[in-house]
Amino acid sequence: MTSFATQQLLEFAFIAAVALFILALRWLSSPVTARRGVLAGEIGAALAVGATLLNPELDQYRWIVIALIVGAGVGIPLGMVHMTAVPQRTALSHAFGALSAAMIGIAEYYVGVPHVTRFQMGEISLEVIIGSLTFTGSLIAAGKLQELLPQRPITYPGQNFVSLSALGAALLIAIALTVNPNETVLFPIMVGVALIFGVLLVTPIGGADMPTVISLLNSYAGFSAALLGFVLNSKVLIVAGALDGSSGFILSVIMCKAMNRSFTNVMFGAFGQVQASSAAATETRTVRSASPEEAAAILAAASKVLVVPGYGMAVAQAQHKVRELYDVLTKKGVDVKFGIHPVAGRMPGHMNVLLAEADIPYDRLLEMDDANSELPQTDVALIIGANDVTNPAARTDTSSPIYGMPILDVDKARTVMVIKRSMSPGFAGIDNPLYYLDKTLMLFGDAKAFVGDIVRELSGGSQH
Amino acid sequence: MPADFISNLYLFILAGFVGFEVIKRVSPLLHTPLMSLTNALDAIVVIAAIIITGRHETVLSTTLGAIAVAASFSNMVGGFFITDRMLRMFKTGRPQK
Repeated sequence: MTSFATQQLLEFAFIAAVALFILALRWLSSPVTARRGVLAGEIGAALAVGATLLNPELDQYRWIVIALIVGAGVGIPLGMVHMTAVPQRTALSHAFGALSAAMIGIAEYYVGVPHVTRFQMGEISLEVIIGSLTFTGSLIAAGKLQELLPQRPITYPGQNFVSLSALGAALLIAIALTVNPNETVLFPIMVGVALIFGVLLVTPIGGADMPTVISLLNSYAGFSAALLGFVLNSKVLIVAGALDGSSGFILSVIMCKAMNRSFTNVMFGAFGQVQASSAAATETRTVRSASPEEAAAILAAASKVLVVPGYGMAVAQAQHKVRELYDVLTKKGVDVKFGIHPVAGRMPGHMNVLLAEADIPYDRLLEMDDANSELPQTDVALIIGANDVTNPAARTDTSSPIYGMPILDVDKARTVMVIKRSMSPGFAGIDNPLYYLDKTLMLFGDAKAFVGDIVRELSGGSQH
Repeated sequence: MPADFISNLYLFILAGFVGFEVIKRVSPLLHTPLMSLTNALDAIVVIAAIIITGRHETVLSTTLGAIAVAASFSNMVGGFFITDRMLRMFKTGRPQK
């Protein structure tokens, strides 16, 4: 077969891969067909990689094979992490994807120079800037999620000015390079400034905003791959990058809506330093607390219970105890469901995978709107490690920083129980009036231990 | 402006809209697997990395290419693997067929 005919054949493999990628995402729409989607994606990827390995342009396989082995060696353990570590794994994989796209763009430049056209230079510069800033930004996000770096927003005066200047500098260098692609000295400076901008961009963002940040970085990683497709004239990359980019973008929009904030506000308006003043005014208010025995008695007497999990459940690794609670209550004939706020946890859908891992059936997991329509008929709303997403101030208090954010209306339930370590305000430092309601019982303690105590009480009681 | 650029731009716009329509339908229940799956699909940049590495033009391009192969292939392997692991965990309360 001539090399031209081979090329044509390979092109068909790529077209099949693109179709399979779209099917993969389509089948992901329902948990019933989702695994078929993964298989479609795998076949598509295998076809594309297989076809590429047959490409007659390749004349040396040694480094390819070594790199593939290293990649598999890193990828398999990263695929086996615990579900609580999925947010940081995801951030790390955005970093890898962006690193890869940036490296290829950089290599293209150095291989092509001095024959790089201005048009190509513009494409390469943009691609390498987005790839580089996504790489460092994602590493910082992963570091924060892994708690290697402080989760609190790190801010200093003039921060936004410094960050935007860095971005502006990178873009100016990109323009200079586009005017004269042979100014090779500028290229590494541009990469360096873009890398620094990635760090500056994510460092000031707090842990509670991570769902939006991860989604945005996902989007950037996708668009950098699509831009790389333009640089290399590779249609598979353009399609895969556009799919990934639009997916990340949609998720970012959903996350922003769920927090009633704009992109600019998330990226440049570090959360969590406001509100120090109103805390003093509320200290005198009283709260009612309850013991595990009392909580167990109330739960056993309920007919409908809605559990609202949050990041605190993930931190305390309480999801398996929650599953035991679900089992024992279900056995007693109590209807137990879970209300999931879109930004609960550290990434989109985080609570769902944690509860699924604990073997809680997914038809028990309600989206926010469904949960809110059930809450008025609910006897007990049990809040485990969630705070801001249940704060009624978001509905009523126009001075609250979270005013306007859609919340789970747990205060509509007959009784509210909140498992919490102490009365200290939540991550965003916003006081929660829910805790002072007459119908609210505070259950002070570690989420895992407290739920365990309730379970013991409930299963002990059934034997008498 | 190269002719390829225009046809690529058409493709990008269309793929973006297809992505938007398809992904809009994904249930929030599966947003975490969605992100890991799109990440695995995005790792298809590995094919560009393979070409750069295999052409063996300069030491620099081979080195950068090999790093890119390793980074994106780890995303591909790990991304598909963890997505499937997560999806296996999603079970209904009703007896399975």
